[in-house]
Amino acid sequence: MIELLLDMLSWVLLLSGSFFCLTGGIGLMRFPEFFSRIHAASLTDTLGASLILMGLMLQAGITITLAKLIMILILSLIAGTTASHAMAKAALKSGMCPLDQVDRSQQPEIKAYKDKS
Amino acid sequence: METLIDIVLLSFLVLTALAVAKMHDLFAVVMLSGIYSLLSASLFLDLDAVDVAFTEASVGAGISTLLFLASLKLVGRYEKRTRYRPMLALGVVLATGTLLIYGTLDMPHFGSPDTPVHQHVAPRYLNDSMAEIGVPNVVTSVLASYRGYDTLGETLVIFTAGIGVTSLLRVSRRTKREEQQRVPADMQQQIILRVVAKWMLPLIMVFALYVQFHGDYGPGGGFQAGVIFAAGVILYTMLYGLSTTQKVFPRKMLELFAALGVLLYGGVGITCLLLGGNFLDYNVLRHDPVHGQHLGILLVELGVGITVASVMIMIFFKFTWRTVKHKYFVK
Amino acid sequence: MFAVTALTLLVVMALALARAFLGPTLYDRILAVNNFGTKTVLLIAVMDFLAGRPDFLDIAIVYALINFISIIGVLRFFEYAQQKTVEHGE
Repeated sequence: MIELLLDMLSWVLLLSGSFFCLTGGIGLMRFPEFFSRIHAASLTDTLGASLILMGLMLQAGITITLAKLIMILILSLIAGTTASHAMAKAALKSGMCPLDQVDRSQQPEIKAYKDKS
Repeated sequence: METLIDIVLLSFLVLTALAVAKMHDLFAVVMLSGIYSLLSASLFLDLDAVDVAFTEASVGAGISTLLFLASLKLVGRYEKRTRYRPMLALGVVLATGTLLIYGTLDMPHFGSPDTPVHQHVAPRYLNDSMAEIGVPNVVTSVLASYRGYDTLGETLVIFTAGIGVTSLLRVSRRTKREEQQRVPADMQQQIILRVVAKWMLPLIMVFALYVQFHGDYGPGGGFQAGVIFAAGVILYTMLYGLSTTQKVFPRKMLELFAALGVLLYGGVGITCLLLGGNFLDYNVLRHDPVHGQHLGILLVELGVGITVASVMIMIFFKFTWRTVKHKYFVK
Repeated sequence: MFAVTALTLLVVMALALARAFLGPTLYDRILAVNNFGTKTVLLIAVMDFLAGRPDFLDIAIVYALINFISIIGVLRFFEYAQQKTVEHGE
């Protein structure tokens, strides 16, 4: 009984995780410019990865596989978010502006940031 | 299911290779070669070759990308466009390729069980490995014990590459004095990366040690561990600057350790000779052949790991020092 | 169940690869490579459960690390190269 419940829960987690990853991939292809693409790719990437890994953890039982999956989850969370932060910062510093009707390059905060770099 | 994954991954591989050939922006080419290595490693996993996939991932997608980037800093970002079309070369390549494919038609089918190597060599190793060596991972026992002499050659190849880079990118006496100056990097703006790297570095090093010593029981071994260790140190160098890292890994120490690893490997072989067996015959190292094999494999893998880690770090430092020198002395 | 997840992950990898071939700026390509790497980590974890061998998870940890280190490396080198051209231009 409890195994059936765990199986169902793991099915649900795996399917929703793959759904989120799929939407991230579609967003990566269809968004118009870099900053919106990074928004799509990194957010859905982190969520989808966490859901898929949690679904796999439920299948594993209390073994060393569970410990390794927890490590992969923590590493993926830390590394993925830091990498997307670094990418966005590097793109902003190199002069790319988000696609917006407002020209932001003359605003005082962005101007000070660019002058300081 | 596995066949489908194989076909999809192979077609990705072909597409990536075509894109690498066509692009002119060398940064993009380097990134795509990283993808190529990841794809090859996934293919090896699908073929159930776990150790090879491990090495391909760490060396091809990790260290190769970083070393290519370090050399791109020296040479420039865009490929020069050629004006001529090498038709004769294309014809020669096509002819040679066709002849090679025609030559392989005579070979046995991929993975068929009645090839000579599966009749004589592989069953001997697979059947006798547990009894003679007692190590669960057969790849490690073949690599470090049955074919230990070949692995000594591989380690020497890596060491020779390190010597080659050191002699080509020599740091002259005048610049050695300026090396003592502090090289400032833009620290304030990278604070998130710096904190995360500082947290991750001890974990990466412990993981490298785990891979080194767990190579007897699961995928791993000396090569992979050395590469992971070097990747951790390179991460630290990229974020904290070359001079900070060189306080912990000075150049002389790296050169010493590279030689020390090879010396350890060869020393184990000579010790076996002195104790009465053949070169690299670990049976004579302890009172009992199986324990002798364990000790021999442990020492030999340690030597490989030390050499690989030091040579990779040394090569990266040489490239980075070269570019940092340009930044500070072209005034 | 694992087969469905593996297929979806392959589709997402194909989309990321397409963005890596197309993307007009370099940053699009870096983003696509990062995404591809994360999906490969997930694909390995799922393939491990498909094949029933628990050894593969070490490789997934290594991939996640290597992906992170190469993305940081590319960004640092690219930023450095841009800084150098700015200095030479002045």
